[in-house]
Amino acid sequence: MVMQIRLDTVTADYRVGPIRSPKILNAVSTTVKSKSFSAVVGHTGSGKSSLLKLTNGLLLPTSGQVEIGDHIIKSENPKKSVKAARKKVGMVFQFPESQLFAETVEKDIIFGPLNFGMSVEEAKVIAKEVIVQVGLEVSILKKSPFSLSGGQKRRVAIAGILAMNPDILVLDEPGAGLDPKGKKEIMSLIRSWHEEKGLTTIFVTHDMDDVALYADEVIVMEKGSIAFQGTVRDAFRDADRVRNWHLELPEARRFQLKLEKEKAVSLPRVCLTLNELADVLIEVGLA
Amino acid sequence: MLPPRLQVEQLTFRYDERKQENTLENVSFTVQKGEWLAVVGHNGSGKSTLARLLVGLLTPNEGSVHINGIKLDEDSKWKLRSQIGLIFQNPENQFIGTTVKDDVAFALENMNMAYDEMKVRVEQALEMVGLEDFAEYDPSRLSGGQKQRVAIAGLLALNPSILILDEAMVMLDPKSRKELMETLSNLKTNNHITIISITHDMNEAQAADRILMLSSGQILHDGEPAEVFQKEPTLDVPFAEQLRRELENRGSKVPDGYMTEDEMVRWLCR
Amino acid sequence: MNKLILGRYFPGDSILHQMDARAKLLAGIYFIFVLFIANNWLSYVLLWLFTFFVMRLSGVKFRVYFRGVRPLIWLIIFTVFLQILFTAGGEIYIDWGPITISEFGLINGVYIFSRFVMIIFISTVVTLTTKPIDLTDAINYLLHPLRRLKVPVDEISLMLSISLRFIPNLLDETQKVMDAQRARGTEFGEGSLVQQMKKIVPIFLPLFVSSLNRAEDMANAMEVRGYQSSKPRSSFRRLNWHGRDTIGLLVMVLLTIVLVMLRTEAHVY
Repeated sequence: MVMQIRLDTVTADYRVGPIRSPKILNAVSTTVKSKSFSAVVGHTGSGKSSLLKLTNGLLLPTSGQVEIGDHIIKSENPKKSVKAARKKVGMVFQFPESQLFAETVEKDIIFGPLNFGMSVEEAKVIAKEVIVQVGLEVSILKKSPFSLSGGQKRRVAIAGILAMNPDILVLDEPGAGLDPKGKKEIMSLIRSWHEEKGLTTIFVTHDMDDVALYADEVIVMEKGSIAFQGTVRDAFRDADRVRNWHLELPEARRFQLKLEKEKAVSLPRVCLTLNELADVLIEVGLA
Repeated sequence: MLPPRLQVEQLTFRYDERKQENTLENVSFTVQKGEWLAVVGHNGSGKSTLARLLVGLLTPNEGSVHINGIKLDEDSKWKLRSQIGLIFQNPENQFIGTTVKDDVAFALENMNMAYDEMKVRVEQALEMVGLEDFAEYDPSRLSGGQKQRVAIAGLLALNPSILILDEAMVMLDPKSRKELMETLSNLKTNNHITIISITHDMNEAQAADRILMLSSGQILHDGEPAEVFQKEPTLDVPFAEQLRRELENRGSKVPDGYMTEDEMVRWLCR
Repeated sequence: MNKLILGRYFPGDSILHQMDARAKLLAGIYFIFVLFIANNWLSYVLLWLFTFFVMRLSGVKFRVYFRGVRPLIWLIIFTVFLQILFTAGGEIYIDWGPITISEFGLINGVYIFSRFVMIIFISTVVTLTTKPIDLTDAINYLLHPLRRLKVPVDEISLMLSISLRFIPNLLDETQKVMDAQRARGTEFGEGSLVQQMKKIVPIFLPLFVSSLNRAEDMANAMEVRGYQSSKPRSSFRRLNWHGRDTIGLLVMVLLTIVLVMLRTEAHVY
């Protein structure tokens, strides 16, 4: 099944209540390949979250069109295609634990599947599967979501999205606000679902080490446009360009550049992670 | 001799009287003028509880807190509020005023201060955090980092000697974090304010003069960053130290002890 | 929700924007009483002219004001209709037993309609040109005398101003939670009334929980910054009374005098 996302010259406005920001996205065209794992990065207000919202019709294009697989979302008469797209796109918002509402974890998880027409029995079977997939015990299903710890709540909220069995998983800063250990666990889980289920995954992050460790592709957003799209290694090759995007470098790459400047040498490869850097340092005989 | 800025003795606290388990147990430490202390520890180690005890939002079951030599209790706490301030995690929820300057003035209004003095103090405080141009702004138009700096200014207006930050950087993007770190280090150097930052972020902890590590409500380590990072294998460490350990694992002849980034670069350049 | 203009602030720098909130609030309330002095065509024409003049001064387009009346139009028409149908006197045009359409009824209808619309226009002028927080300060000031009766005026106004400060956050959050539940397949504004009611729970509950958390954080932050409800507080926010504010109130007095002079003695239409 082809589950790619295509944006064709999409322009979108954003409004909350009476405030309207025109052209939060400006004539954006891009293709996110089926089964790819992409990170969306960019300065605050660059349009990252809006890009995510386009993928399931929470934000509609004012012009241009969005293709989710073979469903097309346009500004005119989008209702049917939006519903179809939402079924395919699982969207995990920033701090998703704040959307929990039901008396039990189980009821919260099956909320989405029921809305999309699944039977209660089927949904309950799926709830048991996904709760294990997010690394929690089945017994937690009977508890109230409000009695759980912050990290557990987040996992339950994500389980509620996985239960909808999406082909595309879209996440807005899935690790925000967690301690380093909790964040690592969530990110590794996301990566493993991506592989096991053959998902197309997109996530927004501020942490360039997350990009280096988990993503294959990067989309850099700047002022409502895509400034760069390509492999992670290419994105972080040129430090000046990264600075112009108002972004940081992954720690390993930052350290590498500092070392290269100090020693006036250049290492043979662009290193993005601790392991890569250690490899290269040993290889060239510095360590 | 002046008493230490903060003196914590045998502090013990439990949320639920019926339970035996203490959230904090026998915690003692002192902090000096102009010192920057990072309090680290895993979730549930009692870090945030400690912060709330230090400012008198919670009352200890046993032990005491002295601020500039004065014991913190029900009677003294309102007086001491101007000497010790706490910044919370969520910048959104501690903004009380409808504009930046109104918010900074809130604590002064509570002291029933005269308008002319408030005006001077608000201006000074905003200057100290570099936000003097934002006095008339609506909080919703500020970045997360700017909001936290406004919160700091709101406390600075009181001329405090101690600032406590309870995971105040968690909700911020990297750029805002950098700005906030700079603000804090300026306050420490220029104004000799004592900073206590409760954090998970190892770069923040590394910037401190001293690290206090809590585990299950007790002090596990108390020492300079280099010392604590070396002693504690479960703690996340700064990148250079991660690299040193990784190289060591691969059989490289890196020096034995903890290394800062500059030390690591120097060693690689040898 | 988005259509309601009354109660919303439009930033600007007209003379009305610059006026003291107390002056505007007083003048606005006073205007309602002045309306009842008018009892003939001429005085109503004068009041209409005055209303349009003030609207003009605000620098906000008339279109905005008309939009502001629209949500209330049915209520107004209903009241006017009752007036027309149940007032007798003068020449009678239609007579169906107790229901008559008479000359006096029609005239009264026009008067009532005018009063309604003018009150809406004038109060809209006040809110459009005054920041909500200034309005709160003005209310606080005007309620000052009630302190002697042990009414917690300061607490009430602090509460009001904190609520005002959180409205944008609450709107944001509502939007966010709605989006999140939409992403989980909820479609708002569809289905039977019962179904629609059910859809409120997944929005209301998360909002309720987060508001509680927010309130707790806020209470802690206030306490740390030394807030005690019973203690006297000074105020950093200033209201500044200028010459133009006095002039504004004098204009209102002048309007009253003219209206009293125009007033016809008996109930003559």
